[in-house]
Amino acid sequence: MRFKGTDSYLTSESLRSAVDCALALQRPLLIKGEPGTGKTLLAEAVSQALGHELLTWHVKSTSKAQDGLYVYDAVQRLHDSRFNDHDVRDIKKYLRLGPLGEAFAAKSRKVLLIDEIDKADLEFPNDLLHELDRMRFRIVETDEEIVAKERPVVIITSNNEKDLPDAFLRRCVFHFIEFPDQALMRRIVEVHHPKLDEALVDQAMTVFYELRSFTRLRKRPSTSELVDWLAALKASGLKSLKLDEQLPFIGALLKREQDLQAFSEAFQGGRRSKA
Amino acid sequence: MIVPFLYELRAHRVPVGTQETLALAEALEHGLHDSSLDGFYDVARALLCHSEAHLDAFDQAFAKHFKGVESLGNELHQQLLDWLKEAQGRRPTLTPEERALLDQLDKETLEKLFAQRLKEQKERHDGGSKWVGTGGKSPFGHSGAARDGIRVGGPGGNRRALRVASERHFQNYRDDLVLDVRQLGLALRKLRAFAREGRPDELDLDGTIDATARNLGELEVKTRAPRKSNTKLILLMDVGGSMDPYADLVSRLFTAAKKATHFKELRTYYFHNCIYGQVYTSAQLRDPIPLGRLFAETNRTYKLLVVGDALMAPWELMDSTGWPSDGTEGIVWLMRLAELYPHCAWLNPESPRGWWQTTIEVVRRVFPMYPLTLEGLSLAVEQLTRGGRA
Repeated sequence: MRFKGTDSYLTSESLRSAVDCALALQRPLLIKGEPGTGKTLLAEAVSQALGHELLTWHVKSTSKAQDGLYVYDAVQRLHDSRFNDHDVRDIKKYLRLGPLGEAFAAKSRKVLLIDEIDKADLEFPNDLLHELDRMRFRIVETDEEIVAKERPVVIITSNNEKDLPDAFLRRCVFHFIEFPDQALMRRIVEVHHPKLDEALVDQAMTVFYELRSFTRLRKRPSTSELVDWLAALKASGLKSLKLDEQLPFIGALLKREQDLQAFSEAFQGGRRSKA
Repeated sequence: MIVPFLYELRAHRVPVGTQETLALAEALEHGLHDSSLDGFYDVARALLCHSEAHLDAFDQAFAKHFKGVESLGNELHQQLLDWLKEAQGRRPTLTPEERALLDQLDKETLEKLFAQRLKEQKERHDGGSKWVGTGGKSPFGHSGAARDGIRVGGPGGNRRALRVASERHFQNYRDDLVLDVRQLGLALRKLRAFAREGRPDELDLDGTIDATARNLGELEVKTRAPRKSNTKLILLMDVGGSMDPYADLVSRLFTAAKKATHFKELRTYYFHNCIYGQVYTSAQLRDPIPLGRLFAETNRTYKLLVVGDALMAPWELMDSTGWPSDGTEGIVWLMRLAELYPHCAWLNPESPRGWWQTTIEVVRRVFPMYPLTLEGLSLAVEQLTRGGRA
């Protein structure tokens, strides 16, 4: 089985190769890269290309590894036991599988996306090591073991907010999504806005790459911002763009107050444009 | 071929080990590299690198290790072209159909076509037998050339992988400090101390069951505050003068401390040579904060880590040039600090062999002193967590 990208998700050769590695070796695929380079979308593309259902686990700063496996709602059980109108003897009714548990228990193969793993506590990835390695875990309350019948395809994204532990990294296939070069970017734009005026795309790309090379920016615009911006331009029916003039919908590209300020100082002689 | 490459990687400080080697071997067994150097580059990078900081080193190692392979590929290319010329010369041995085919093309177009096919070979996924030698349909397919043809798959791809590798795309992501900062960070991690503090919003299951049972089955939910790190650290750092040679090392320690997420509070201040009445919030010794204010804002539970060489002119210890100058000498300020923060330690980048020097000797009597090495830091951290001086 080889991954080739989908109609709406263009990939580079090395990314395809990394996905193939992860599929063949049945290891988790760790994806890093600048925000907005399509890390999360990759999981959707993989799920679409392979025809497996996608399960998503959005990791938050409060997420615990246990939440991904299963949650035992003890309070609900205690509460139900007070009024004697529920059968509380069956503990299974109070066990809920998390995304990882669901992917293991499923009858068919799933694609599991663990999104932004670096958001959680430092210990979070370490706590998942064994489960991801062996693809099985034990529910302590019922002494039942959940073993993955079909090992899910695990895709993990990280924004580099925290370093991941070495032991975890060793078990992953790693890929760093580079910022697309102009040629690839043009193809990406074409996929998203197929009928856009070519001259406008040319100008927008020029402006975009000039903005990216403008070093005073705190947050450089990325692919998703360019795509959004082009959508706005398309909707407004504009025909031409210039970096030194009032740039329309600049708010779609620059998201920080300081960046807007720096931009207006550098390109518009201090006049503030309407975002 | 692979194992020496892994050692090359290790020489470039890409941490690869047995596990990576086995994974790579397994991937190659699966044929994921499409029998080309190109594919090998992608597969190896995905399996052997674990961080974008290592990608540049990987590219360098790859370019160095596989440089010879590229020219080998070119040689093969040349060999094939030579063989073509020869084949035209050997016309009598060809069948009439083959001769007819060859006659359609003169040498130039043949070579051009061949070069074109060689280029196209990059796109193809099956090892190359198709191109040179599919039962006489192709003008190039005859008498064992197919074997050469397969090997041509190499050069077409080689050039890309090696080109990509020598372009060194990932230079900007390189960060040689990472390893050391991480090691320091790990040492600092031992400073964690957990305490239950803040709003009680975590279910205390045992407490609830206990309370409910005592309540004769009437549900009583108990909550407790979540466990949070409770470590508060004050980092004081000597800058300028005799500390300049150690600036890099010290800045690594600071990076590690700043990156650590397990401190409830981290205050960093700077001073020059000795502390008199105030410390500075910037390394340029600007924005002073009087020690009195620091004392007021903090308390005994803060841990104090001083980084400095404690080397100065002896008079500096006895001087009282501080602001506001109230006649308190530097050494007295140091003693006050050590007294107010019982959990304290001094890290000295000077080698312990030089610690007999006068001012260091004096400061050592005030603060427990450790060398600024990984081991020394671990000892200092131990001292800080043990608390109180021996």
